[in-house]
Amino acid sequence: MTAAAARLQTTDDNSHSSRLSPHLQALENEAIHIFREVAAEFERPVMLYSVGKDSSVLLHVARKAFWPEPIPFPLLHVDTGWKFSQMIAFRDQTARDLGLDLNVHTNPRGAAEGLSPFKHGSSYFTDVMKTEALRQALDAGRYDAAFGGARRDEDASRSKERIFSFRSPDHRWDARNQRPELWNLYNGRIARGESVRVFPLSNWTELDVWQYIKAEEIPIVDLYFAKRRPFVLRDGMIILAEDERLELWPGEVRQEGSIRFRTLGCFALSGGIFSEAETIDDIIDEITTATVSERQGRAIDRDEAGSMEKKKLEGYF
Amino acid sequence: MSLDAEILPLEPEFERDGEPVATDHEDGRRLRFLVCGSVDDGKSTLIGRLLWDTKSVAEDHRAALIAKGSKQNDLSLPDFGLLLDGLKAEQEQGITIDVAYRYFQTPRRAFIVADTPGHEQYTRNMATGASTADLAVLLVDARAGLLEQTRRHAAIVHLMGIRQVVLAVNKIDLVGYDRAVFDDIELEFRAYAARLGEMAITAIPLSALKGENIVTPARENLGWYSGPTLIEALETAPTAQLSGLSFRMPIQRVSRPGETFRGYQGTVAAGSVAVGDRVVVAPSGQTVSVARIVTFDGDVERAEAGAAVTLVFDRKVDAARGDVLTAADATPLTGRDFTATLVTLQTDGLKDGARLWLKAAGRMKRVRVSIDEAYDLGAGRWTKSTTLPVNAIGRVRLHFAEDAIFDRFSDCRDTGAFILISPKTNNTVAGGMIADLAETESDGKEHVTMSLPHDLAEFILGLPAVKARRSEIEIIPDR
Repeated sequence: MTAAAARLQTTDDNSHSSRLSPHLQALENEAIHIFREVAAEFERPVMLYSVGKDSSVLLHVARKAFWPEPIPFPLLHVDTGWKFSQMIAFRDQTARDLGLDLNVHTNPRGAAEGLSPFKHGSSYFTDVMKTEALRQALDAGRYDAAFGGARRDEDASRSKERIFSFRSPDHRWDARNQRPELWNLYNGRIARGESVRVFPLSNWTELDVWQYIKAEEIPIVDLYFAKRRPFVLRDGMIILAEDERLELWPGEVRQEGSIRFRTLGCFALSGGIFSEAETIDDIIDEITTATVSERQGRAIDRDEAGSMEKKKLEGYF
Repeated sequence: MSLDAEILPLEPEFERDGEPVATDHEDGRRLRFLVCGSVDDGKSTLIGRLLWDTKSVAEDHRAALIAKGSKQNDLSLPDFGLLLDGLKAEQEQGITIDVAYRYFQTPRRAFIVADTPGHEQYTRNMATGASTADLAVLLVDARAGLLEQTRRHAAIVHLMGIRQVVLAVNKIDLVGYDRAVFDDIELEFRAYAARLGEMAITAIPLSALKGENIVTPARENLGWYSGPTLIEALETAPTAQLSGLSFRMPIQRVSRPGETFRGYQGTVAAGSVAVGDRVVVAPSGQTVSVARIVTFDGDVERAEAGAAVTLVFDRKVDAARGDVLTAADATPLTGRDFTATLVTLQTDGLKDGARLWLKAAGRMKRVRVSIDEAYDLGAGRWTKSTTLPVNAIGRVRLHFAEDAIFDRFSDCRDTGAFILISPKTNNTVAGGMIADLAETESDGKEHVTMSLPHDLAEFILGLPAVKARRSEIEIIPDR
């Protein structure tokens, strides 16, 4: 978008848009443009919905992009079976409240084998229950475009990602062979079987996401806010101990403290942080003074160097 | 100057204070800029230093960086370049091979920096980074002076419509902070840039490695320099100018959730639109009135450039994706032939007469491209040419089978820019900017365009009468 931030002169000064800063308004406009472009050019788009804060923003912007028309594509949640139970409840509530066309997919192979992130290791578990499961679901739906909430500021390998990220028929991402992306002109031409992953929030930062959630009053899973919760310390990670799927290891003790989560995924792989941030304002304060990166609590990124890059090559979102 | 001001602070002069970015800047928008230069110019070090000194590097990343040691310098500083190398293969080769976007902020402003490669064959990445940038930082090694590469970068940046440049004369410490060296480079660059056309230039002597004049002024060593530090120049630079044109909105999508609602969705590209305005649907020329401007947050009376909205008209009209809604008194350029400047992006380059897909503001059209001139970056002039290799800048004419609508790129980016897509590979082969309408040209041949299912096309091509004239038939595969 060449234009500077848009200013909407509203008939009602209390409307939402007047609360967005010009900066956030410009980010929202850019994301809406991307949503509409995909809806116009692709036959079978789908939106990956992970229930996290970025997905919540993505969903909200999608509603704004098409309103008063309902979102003209389905949502897909890849459920590993090990998500925080609060996430699943939130997901189902959101789908009901907004009347969403939500599909949930779990890899039947992993479910049959009883795969566990604790027993089988985070790397293998993620391969099967996230990467392989996602490929299964995308193939089954014959989707030619899949929206995701990834941001370029999340991880070094993400920083080179296009907004339209081209994938081969086997879902692989070739960093060397991505299409040049100029202005706001996205090349959506693909051959049969190929697809694109689309990232409308590419240019948002973690801080932008929180400020937008605040301004737009977007509901998010309660686990983002600090509260006294039971946890165990495992491999240096703060693992929530509210779940019957968690078996204590010898020597482990259930503790309690004020914790929250900066990113949400599988409860076994998403470590919490000690925090007193009970409101969105507290969280914004916390991250503007934070000295660790957002994905620091994520087990999958720590397996080995270049971990995210490797997963992306294989088709991880 | 007071005595205090002579003392160099150990830490950068500002801290991240936990406050959100100030939104009192003229338009509140973050500045997008790109940094051009080669590995040898210290580009990665410069960007790494910007992130480091603005405290944009998280503690766990800092720790990883320090653990990796400081192979490339003897100042016990981390290797800032490592901050930027996202992909393993790049780390191994020691070069950045793609465009990477970095995000950082100061208390005054937020920034997106496009890190683009300096090697000649990667002009495509520079053009990509430049297409969305408000400003370019051109990096020069003070010891080497202006190189052909810097001129090339400046020309591309200017071509892509960027009108403000920071000339960062790096490694000034390695020439003994010599003012004469800096002055010579600045003068030579200004002379070169004047030939390109209008361009606002700020030249800054600095040392990315030592952090001098990046965020912290180097008053002791560069006492003769009174201009801004790099960060000051970036904080005060205006964002790209709004288009001065009247209302433009390419239709992105027609929304028809039910019989009673028909909305035209799009992003306002120029000017503004208000309820009651009469607008023209180009290219058909029908005129309608705006009945409603619909947003999720309620109807609005007026929408300005940049806003993503849905328009409802007072009556039914035949308008579709790719049409452009325009002010009634200022319609865009309409015709079958246009002149344009473009950058080639793929190894095959571009050949005279190539038939390609053109994508611009919601439209996908077939186009034939005539090549007229290539830009000789070394000599700084246009020369006659009928082919363009990869990474070339060319002047071309675009020929459409039916009327097309554009604005001059210099008037409006959103309605003046286009990409060319190969029907064979589906890859983006060029990025271009409309210059003007061209003389209508006829190549003396009659054209019939047919869009057919694969099996039917095979059948027709197999007919004896068609087979005999096979050489006159051109086939463009569809998806």
